[in-house]
Amino acid sequence: MNYHKYDVVIVGAGGAGLMSAMQLAHNTSVAVISKLYPTRSHTGAAQGGVAAALGNQEEDHWKWHMFDTVKGGDYLVDQDAAEVLTREAIDAVYDLEHWGLPFNRTEDGKIDQRRFGGHTRNFGEGPVRRSCYAADRTGHMILQTMYQQSVKNQVKFYNEYLMLDLLINDGQACGVVALCLRDGTIHTFHAKTIVFATGGYGRAWRITSNALACTGDGMAVAYRRGIPLEDMEMYQFHPTGLYKVGILLSEAARGEGAYLLNKDGERFCVRYAPTMEELAPRDMVSRFIVQEITEGRGIDGKDYVYLSVAHLGKEKIDAKLPDITDFARNYLGVEPYYEPVPIQPTAHYAMGGIPTDIEGRVIMDENNTTLPGMYAAGEVACVSVHGANRLGTNSLVDLIVFGRRAGKHIAAKWLPEADFAPLPPNPDAWATEMVESLLARASAGAKGKGETQEAIRQDLRDSMMENAGVVRDEQHLTAQMAKVAELKERWQTMRLMDTSRTFNTELMEVIELGNLIECAEATVAGALARQESRGAHYRSDFPTRDDKNFLQHTLAFRSETAGAPELRYKPVVITEFQPKERKY
Amino acid sequence: MATATGTRTIHIKVKRYQPDKDAKPYWQDFAVQAEGNDRLVDVLNKIKWEQDGTLTFRRSCVHGVCGSDAMRVNGRNRLACKLLVNDIGARVTVEPMLGFPVIRDLVVDMEPFFAKYEKVKPYLMNDEPAPRTERLQSPEQRERYDETTKCILCGACTGSCPSVWANPDWVGPASIVNAHRFIFDSRDHGGAERMQILGDRNGVWRCRTIFNCSEACPRGIHVTDAIEEVKRAIMFGTTDIA
Repeated sequence: MNYHKYDVVIVGAGGAGLMSAMQLAHNTSVAVISKLYPTRSHTGAAQGGVAAALGNQEEDHWKWHMFDTVKGGDYLVDQDAAEVLTREAIDAVYDLEHWGLPFNRTEDGKIDQRRFGGHTRNFGEGPVRRSCYAADRTGHMILQTMYQQSVKNQVKFYNEYLMLDLLINDGQACGVVALCLRDGTIHTFHAKTIVFATGGYGRAWRITSNALACTGDGMAVAYRRGIPLEDMEMYQFHPTGLYKVGILLSEAARGEGAYLLNKDGERFCVRYAPTMEELAPRDMVSRFIVQEITEGRGIDGKDYVYLSVAHLGKEKIDAKLPDITDFARNYLGVEPYYEPVPIQPTAHYAMGGIPTDIEGRVIMDENNTTLPGMYAAGEVACVSVHGANRLGTNSLVDLIVFGRRAGKHIAAKWLPEADFAPLPPNPDAWATEMVESLLARASAGAKGKGETQEAIRQDLRDSMMENAGVVRDEQHLTAQMAKVAELKERWQTMRLMDTSRTFNTELMEVIELGNLIECAEATVAGALARQESRGAHYRSDFPTRDDKNFLQHTLAFRSETAGAPELRYKPVVITEFQPKERKY
Repeated sequence: MATATGTRTIHIKVKRYQPDKDAKPYWQDFAVQAEGNDRLVDVLNKIKWEQDGTLTFRRSCVHGVCGSDAMRVNGRNRLACKLLVNDIGARVTVEPMLGFPVIRDLVVDMEPFFAKYEKVKPYLMNDEPAPRTERLQSPEQRERYDETTKCILCGACTGSCPSVWANPDWVGPASIVNAHRFIFDSRDHGGAERMQILGDRNGVWRCRTIFNCSEACPRGIHVTDAIEEVKRAIMFGTTDIA
């Protein structure tokens, strides 16, 4: 057995994982496991900015930011968490600047800030400049800066190790098991503390902005080991994905003044959201687009509309939006200087995930019982600061604030009193058995029986798009529950070809596909049970929000048998802002 | 949309190598149905998912920002996700980048590359106590190093450089780009230290201004120009150069 022992093992090397590692690198033994090289993590694809009420451009207050976060999340946000998020965003952004992050600057040398969807002054009066940014590659800059600091602090990395299993013993998280891609060996990491920072699962849908690596590994592994998944039905579709390919075109475009146009050349957002117009929150703008398309006002009657930046002028486009306009040129052959860009909503971000408290500690049930030694941060986690709909730029805020908080809590509160829980007997048995059975199946090769994993993957992605997308109803969700159960079965018998232990990416992909199916199960079950419309979860058969019955978080517990997950509910934390109708 | 679509057949020749099975690398041909708007990485995925599950390459974001899928395409280093079928014609050869040890098929060993990156101290050095808010930097000072902040560490420049091929110990263009990013950052105080590292015999002077790196960079960084700026900074002992 390949055995490693650390005080802290962090799984995932994006913004949240590296931010946690930074708090711990000086005085504890910490290792970061990632299935990619750290700089390949999906944090690097974030574009528009990171919100913090610095007030560099105009008056702003963290409480305004908190209100926007709560309202944007359609009041499913835990308000104690939203307060932490927005207060600590300010210092966390200054930390990043001190570590060298190359923010754009104001004339007087401060961090420049721009407008973003749903961010307002004075509790909803109008847009405010709150997003701190570095051109349209803010996530890239955060990831690079965090990695640079990890190099400086000599953080130990296990790159290209795919996490397969979480070990829990004596009521404490005590390790993870991972596959080393390079030579196919299985490794057991024994630790006092595990941090999951493994990101989201956008690859469960056909049209997505997410990387191929975004397969919900952390969520699925936790779910299999009895940890519930919270609010998984709250999945965000970003309004402006490049038509057909789904690549993200940042909300920063609209923040800088871009228009959304239907086939009549009408700025339809003005009709739906007279105050915020194109800068209404993402869930709403995605629905506006779907409604335009449904009512026949898509371009050429098809399933897309236009994003137009041409009126901003070349100079502003090149200075503020260089990367995203390149995406339009490169992938659609459209020149944004002169032509509008075809866009459609794209699966983008999980508001739900592994439930945690505001210290990043993982929660096991509706009574907020923590699992000692287990933390989660970033998209994999649900604190919940995003509620039913995340505001643009708040994902990067979440990473840095809660990545930092988890790391600090581990260093200051957990490690001083923690000890190693013993590993369970044969700790890598489950993972080894899974890998060996998949490799054995591959030895039958192309002549083997069964369908390809790609057939299952496409079926998952198409059916999730059709049945669990921007608009949902009971009939489609019921069909999708059956579909997910069927896909689980089919996963057991699919055909594989690669028997090698050297960098076997087929093996990696098939394990990732299994993880996506687990995440889809929790998503669809939560969506079917939530008979209301709130934030990103829109039910055409229950089109209004129902605070009486559903102002609460869903917790999905995986069934030990093959059946649907058990759903339990826990109350939303409300401190300052009573739920109101959401208008923009 | 201007780009032509329509399905066509792409003949793709891939350099294969699986060390636990093959004595040496060999070429294998595949024919794939692809659309003009498909990316090369989509074509490789089609082969992997429909024809041969053993074809091995790295990929993640598939839109040119994560830097996973740098490979040698028709003799030039490219990101497979930034190249469309429309741009590559009906016959394509794909092989791993030169100058890197091959692990399997198109997957190369990136460890030496990151080790060289670490050598140039690629992080902000500034021991002065940080202010309560941000350190100030004018838009002009920020613009000075903008281009080299775009680097995604894909290795396309380093793998295209004949000086690297000749001497694998040389730090190579990507490391110098990342040194440049800090040397010309007004907030950084580590310039002298980095310039000493890069003034060494395995530093900037092994660059022969061949410009392959600039052509290879998928982020449009003028790599050779950045290297020249570092050379001049070392020569004149100052970053205050035109």
